[in-house]
Formats: sequence, C-alpha cells, structure tokens
Amino acid sequence: MDKRVTIAEVVGEIRDGMTVGIGGWGSRRKPMALVRALVRAGKKDLTLVTYGGPDVGLLVAAGCVKRVVTGFVSLDSIPLEPHFRRARSAGTIELTEYDEGMLYWGLLAAANRLPFLPIRAGLGSDVMRVNPELRTIRSPYADATELVAMPAVPLDVSLVHLNRTDAGGNGRYLGPDPYFDDLFCLAAKRRFVSCERVLSTEDLIETGPPQTLLTNRSMVDGVVETPHGAHFTSCVPDYGRDEAFQREYATTDWAAFRARYLDSGEDDYQKAVA
Amino acid sequence: MTRAETCVVACAEAWRGDGAVLASSAGLIPQLGARLAQLTFAPELLVTDGEATLLRDGRAEGWLPYRAVFSMVAAGARHVMMGASQLDRFGNQNISCVGPWERPRSQLLGVRGAPGNTVNHATSYWVPRHSPRVFVERVDMVSGIGHDRGAHEIRRVVTDLAVLDFETPDRSMRLRSVHPGVTVDEVIAATGFALTIPAGVPATREPTEEELKLIREHLDPHGLREK
Repeated sequence: MDKRVTIAEVVGEIRDGMTVGIGGWGSRRKPMALVRALVRAGKKDLTLVTYGGPDVGLLVAAGCVKRVVTGFVSLDSIPLEPHFRRARSAGTIELTEYDEGMLYWGLLAAANRLPFLPIRAGLGSDVMRVNPELRTIRSPYADATELVAMPAVPLDVSLVHLNRTDAGGNGRYLGPDPYFDDLFCLAAKRRFVSCERVLSTEDLIETGPPQTLLTNRSMVDGVVETPHGAHFTSCVPDYGRDEAFQREYATTDWAAFRARYLDSGEDDYQKAVA
Repeated sequence: MTRAETCVVACAEAWRGDGAVLASSAGLIPQLGARLAQLTFAPELLVTDGEATLLRDGRAEGWLPYRAVFSMVAAGARHVMMGASQLDRFGNQNISCVGPWERPRSQLLGVRGAPGNTVNHATSYWVPRHSPRVFVERVDMVSGIGHDRGAHEIRRVVTDLAVLDFETPDRSMRLRSVHPGVTVDEVIAATGFALTIPAGVPATREPTEEELKLIREHLDPHGLREK
C-alpha cells in the first residue's frame, strides 16, 4: 500500500488532451510543484477543471491548455490573472464558464456517478447563453420548479496538495478550509496528492482531529512528498502566500519568468525562491 | 464626517432587518458596513473574515468553509454585497468580461458566484466610482441576474455619490438618496440610463455619533476607508 511516486511519474500519467482537475482555490493550496512539472514537460491540449488561480496562468502561458472549465480565475490579492486575461483576449484558449456553485455540483454529480444534479444557480444568467449544451429540468413534484440540470464534470486525473499524508493516501488539511480537494479526487479516474510531509499512519493520526482527514486510501492512486510544493500559493499553517513572488510572477514577462524559475527542476525552483 | 464614512453607513443600512443571515461583501467599504451593522442595529448578522472563519466583533465564533457557503447560498440564508463592473436598470450585473464573451476586450474575474447569489438570496452592490461606464443600458455578460430575469431581490446599490434601489412598479432602478454635497443632476449625468427620480430626493442619512466613533476608533482606526 505504499503509493509514493515521483513528480516525474505523475507527469508521465498525464497525456496530451486529458481533462485534469486541480484542487485548491484561487491562489490557495494549489499543487504548484505538479503544475510546474506539467509546464516543463510541455503537455498540450489539456482541459483544466479548477477554481482558477496561478495554476491556470502558468499552464496557459506555457501553451499547455486547450480549455478552462471554471467559475473564476484570480490570484486573490491580485484580483485578475494576467496570463489568463491575455489568452482570453487573444482567443487562444476555450472557456467553459460556470457559476462556482455549478462547478461544485458538477464535481459532486461525477463523484456520485450521477449524470446531473439540479441547481438554481445559472437560471436567467448568460452562463446559459455561453454554454448552449446546458439544459433545464422541471421538478416532477407538485412544485414543478424549473432548475438547471448541471451535468457531471468527470475528470481523467486530479491533482491536489495537502499538508500531511501517509504513504497510502490518507491525507489531512491543517488550514481553515478543505476547499473541494476530496471531490476532485472522487470525480477522477486517477488521483494524485502532493503534500508537505509524508508521515507514518500513526504519526498522521496524531496531527489533528479525525474530521480533518480529507482523503482516504480509496480516493488516492499516488502520493508525492513535495515540501513547499504549493508555493507561491498559501498552504497555511505551513506557510502563507508569497505575495512578493506572486507580484513578480504577475508583472514579469513570461519568457523571462520561465527561464529564471521554471526551466530547471523543482529543486532548483525551491533554491531560487528560498 | 467624510464621504467614505457616509458610504460605510449606507452599506450597513442595506442589511437592516435581515436577521441571522450571512452578510458577505467584496471590498473594504461594504465589509466595514457589514461589521458596523452587526455591532449596532443588526446584531444577528453573520460576518466572515473573508476566508473560513465566522467573526463576531472581530473574534472567531464559528466555521464556514466554501462548501458551507454554497449551502447558505442555496438555502437563501445570505445577503451579499458584490462589486459590479457593469450594472443595468433592472440590476443585471457583469463581473465576467467586457466586450464579446467569445473574445473579450477585457477579461475580468469570471461570473464567480453571481448567478447563484442573485437567483437564491438578497443581493446588493457597491460601486466605488459611479460612472456611465458602470451604469450601462445593457451589460456585456449577465453574471448576476436582475429583476427582469428572475432575481430573488436586488436590494440596494451604494455608490460614492448616492444610494439606489428598485422600489418602482417594474422593479427598475430608482434614486433613493444622494450623499451630502452631491446633486441629483450629478447622479443623472453619471448614470448611462434613465433612472426613476422621485419628486423629492432626500440626502443619505449621516452617521450617528456612535457610528462615527465605531468606524474611526474600532473598525478602521488606520483610516484605510479613505484610500
């Protein structure tokens, strides 16, 4: 039950054209070490499903992305993601734009092997106009309410980053919010969790109360220990967002940024930002 | 009393009478408004730290991760004050992009939770610069829905010039009050569509002594609201 793998092995499982779910939220607890590895590997035509942050920006800037499925893309302290903005105006990526709650529902439907789940969010809005495949459904009960039939959002692969795991894939978040990382794992065929530290199961259990154990072994196919692996997004309480570095990312020419930080491996990246 | 302080109180007023609902806000002025309302005339309001902790007068009182926020949205137990890059006379709002959606001139945030918010629970807006670029005949991408598209309730729009509401027969936008020192004509000139203007437009109420003291000494002692 030792599922420890290397970053290279995770990247090796992701083929061009796959639908990749990325956990975290905005610029919070993103599996950035895995994202950097996808950039280096030059993956193509990926469909990203995510509550978008710099994960989207890096992969879009590197030309890895065909489509983004999301409700927003933001760096939190910097509201707008520059690479995503540029690509949208240049028309170089496709977008499936949902309400945030619709995306949650789509992942929940996929996790539960349902074709859709009904939801109010989206009704009357231009989300219905820009996603002409969306259908509504009428309640079969006396209320006869019309609702959006949010389709399941199934994933080929999910990438999430947690604070602590054991080698088998039991995982724990230590910060204030689990985000939707468990759902990303449940909605995907192959599930990879990077983490700050891999512990023995016994030590993992000691790190907090049972309800913060977000993933169990059945939800995870591979575990990667990547200390500081969410940098430059926040991974509290291990570390906060690196605001200075995020500003540099948002204001530096892409080619220069890539050459300075991304083109060598994760170890060199961590040395460069230490 | 400064304009920013008037705006904080005008934002607070949007939540009057709401009871135990989640007061969510985007931006410092509405955030100060929600906290002021909680400290004064709306003590039951729930306010967060912008992440996952519920705060009562700045101190933690509960837990509200994003997945629980979506439940409060769906249950209708929330009144959000969002920003708006564009807003039309029925309260349709855009924060997604400017220009054609297929290839926008300017990509903004995306629709975020605006479709779900506006269809499920009370929504208000904060507009820090009242201008015809924001108040438009037609928004480019309907993120938040207005009253002509089935909005639950668009309660108020607070700007740097005025307070607007939708208390008209067709639930289109009306000038509710102008901030002290602002004329009705200035508001009309800064709005890109025809507003309903009542016969006598009152001035936005001034903060009480107690409210001013709370804003200046307790909620925002470093005066960040004036920036």
